[in-house]
Amino acid sequence: MTNSTSQAEIVRQSLKRRYRKERRFRAYGIAAIAVALTALVVLFADIIGKGYTGFLKTTLTLEVTFDPELMYLEDPTDPAQLRNGDYLAPLIAALKKELPEVSGRRAERALKGLISSYAASDVKDLVAADPAIMGTTQRLTFLASDDVDVFAKHRDDASYSIKLTEQQQAWALTLLERGIIENSFNDVFFSNGDSRDPGHAGVLGAIVGSLLTMAVTLLLSFPIGVSAAIYLEEFAPQNRLTDFIEVNINNLAAVPSIIFGLLGLAVFINLFGMPRSVPVVGGLVLMLMTLPTIIISSRAAIKSVPPSIREAAQGIGASKMQVVLHHVLPLAMPGMLTGSIIGMAQALGETAPLLLIGMVAFIVDVPDGFFSSATVLPVQIFLWAGSPEQGFIERASAAIMVLLAFLISMNALAIWLRKRLERRW
Amino acid sequence: MSTLNTSISTEQTQREAPELAPAAVQDKPEETAIEYGQTVGTPFADDAKFRLRDVEVYYGESQAIKGVSLDIARNEVIAFIGPSGCGKSTFLRCLNRMNDSIDICRVKGSLELDGQDLYDPRRDVVELRARVGMVFQKPNPFPKSIYDNVAYGPRIHGLANRKSELDDIVEDSLRKAGLWNEVKDRLDAPATGMSGGQQQRLCIARTIAVSPEVVLMDEPCSALDPIATAKVEELIAELSESYTIIIVTHSMQQAARVSHRTAYFHLGNLVEVNATDKVFTAPEHKLTESYITGRFG
Repeated sequence: MTNSTSQAEIVRQSLKRRYRKERRFRAYGIAAIAVALTALVVLFADIIGKGYTGFLKTTLTLEVTFDPELMYLEDPTDPAQLRNGDYLAPLIAALKKELPEVSGRRAERALKGLISSYAASDVKDLVAADPAIMGTTQRLTFLASDDVDVFAKHRDDASYSIKLTEQQQAWALTLLERGIIENSFNDVFFSNGDSRDPGHAGVLGAIVGSLLTMAVTLLLSFPIGVSAAIYLEEFAPQNRLTDFIEVNINNLAAVPSIIFGLLGLAVFINLFGMPRSVPVVGGLVLMLMTLPTIIISSRAAIKSVPPSIREAAQGIGASKMQVVLHHVLPLAMPGMLTGSIIGMAQALGETAPLLLIGMVAFIVDVPDGFFSSATVLPVQIFLWAGSPEQGFIERASAAIMVLLAFLISMNALAIWLRKRLERRW
Repeated sequence: MSTLNTSISTEQTQREAPELAPAAVQDKPEETAIEYGQTVGTPFADDAKFRLRDVEVYYGESQAIKGVSLDIARNEVIAFIGPSGCGKSTFLRCLNRMNDSIDICRVKGSLELDGQDLYDPRRDVVELRARVGMVFQKPNPFPKSIYDNVAYGPRIHGLANRKSELDDIVEDSLRKAGLWNEVKDRLDAPATGMSGGQQQRLCIARTIAVSPEVVLMDEPCSALDPIATAKVEELIAELSESYTIIIVTHSMQQAARVSHRTAYFHLGNLVEVNATDKVFTAPEHKLTESYITGRFG
């Protein structure tokens, strides 16, 4: 009796200890998650807080009179002359009308500082499209200069330095109060390529470049990766050679991505003579980088198909190929797709290897094909983050948000596909 | 045959004394009581479907089947019994070359189906498996509809040219498997949603849909409850009219109920083959007797 009581006592003691251990372990887990979540919240808060103004543009809206004389045009109907007209002059004239106190050449030059250097060419495009507006008065909205942009958005923020003179600031304030200078949704950001002027810079070129590059990567790495995984898992004999290949694939997955960039530079550009900065080469390099990820995840997915299904098919007389195509592949597909999309997401966020193959060049035009010069979103962010203009700070953050949106939607797609294709057995 | 018997019975008499010794010693003698490649009873038949001689199976270095010779007659139900790890499943899987997929597995000896060598390198294993179907221990329906499960075999072998022919095959197979009335209204339902017993009968229907000549069953009822087991056993009795059935089972009652002949395997040796009632009432070999009386296994 005493023996059993003491034993119960021992068990109770140890139980107490076990429960304490369990509680401590749970606390560690919660703490870990809390740290991770805090980091995530801080990251998002910082990026969104800095970057949301990147989605706003600063514009001037004025009644502009297209006076041929002011624009140094003798014959406004002559297209050749139209091309060489002074399109900034009518804008300044319109601005002067709003600020009657401005007079003199110096003041006029200061006024010029309020208008984006691209505004004149935008207006020129407008006139070229419709020459009939020469001689008329139009209500036009055009971009304000970079400095006005910073002033309009961040005049209360000490971390920004205002480049406008006192006089210009006074004008800008007046115009802001009258609603002539205003902030609106930054459509330029989504319809332009890169630019030296932050107000005129956009991510469209980078988005298109990223999509083209991803298309090349996906079209090459998914079929190659899945075929390699199927061969290694289903057909290859188990010997030293396949062991060696397996070890090397695992090693490749851990190789720093910049090495793949060097490889791409050496092989695709120097050896094969492919052009620099083009999505095809970028896609090839990223394919090399994502292949190990796709092969490893596809092999895991194939391995997880229960052997009973293979046996069932074999027992009926399905050939090796039929077993793979009819049973193993459909069952492994969700896992393969998830792995591939994660690999693609990794590739989408990759910068280093692309720097080496020249996708870091300053490219203004939106790429129109796999062989036209392009840049990609992460490289664009890298470029803007290193630019001295203040306007690029918020645009880099805005571009990060665009990139994150892409990544999140890709991961959501992966989850959706997995749920959709997953079958129980 | 008779010399064979005597040689083994002498072995038995010699072992008589240690049998009575304490338990620790009692476990030992069985191993030495078998002579390599010798089988008591009636392992041979005149009208043999399978003619198997001196079959040896190796997994790498270790030998799993030791010189087994056996005939399996046309349209008979033969049960393989024996303790775990005795090689009965391994032997069964040699008969439709399911061991091929195991790299380290080697099969030696002569294995013939209707006089043709099973392991002839020119032999098409796909054709063999269409003739020798298999039902596995765990029900393993494909994660597809009931209809597609049964139709899969006929489809890949091109047994039906039209949809109506395929429908007929599916209905016929499900009827033979005694499943038609339960599933005829939900042929498009996923097979994985059925009960375990239904799934196993579906697997049997799937196997017989390609009209095999032989059906191998590897412990088909070990994952089923008694009611489902009874249904599958009934089914085996019906199928035995048109198919040769080889069944591996751990349940001696099951072997006694369904089979015509019973083969007792022990540590890779085929110890005894005899008519089922003889094996369970008057086994010739001491080891068989020990096994069926539950002394080990």
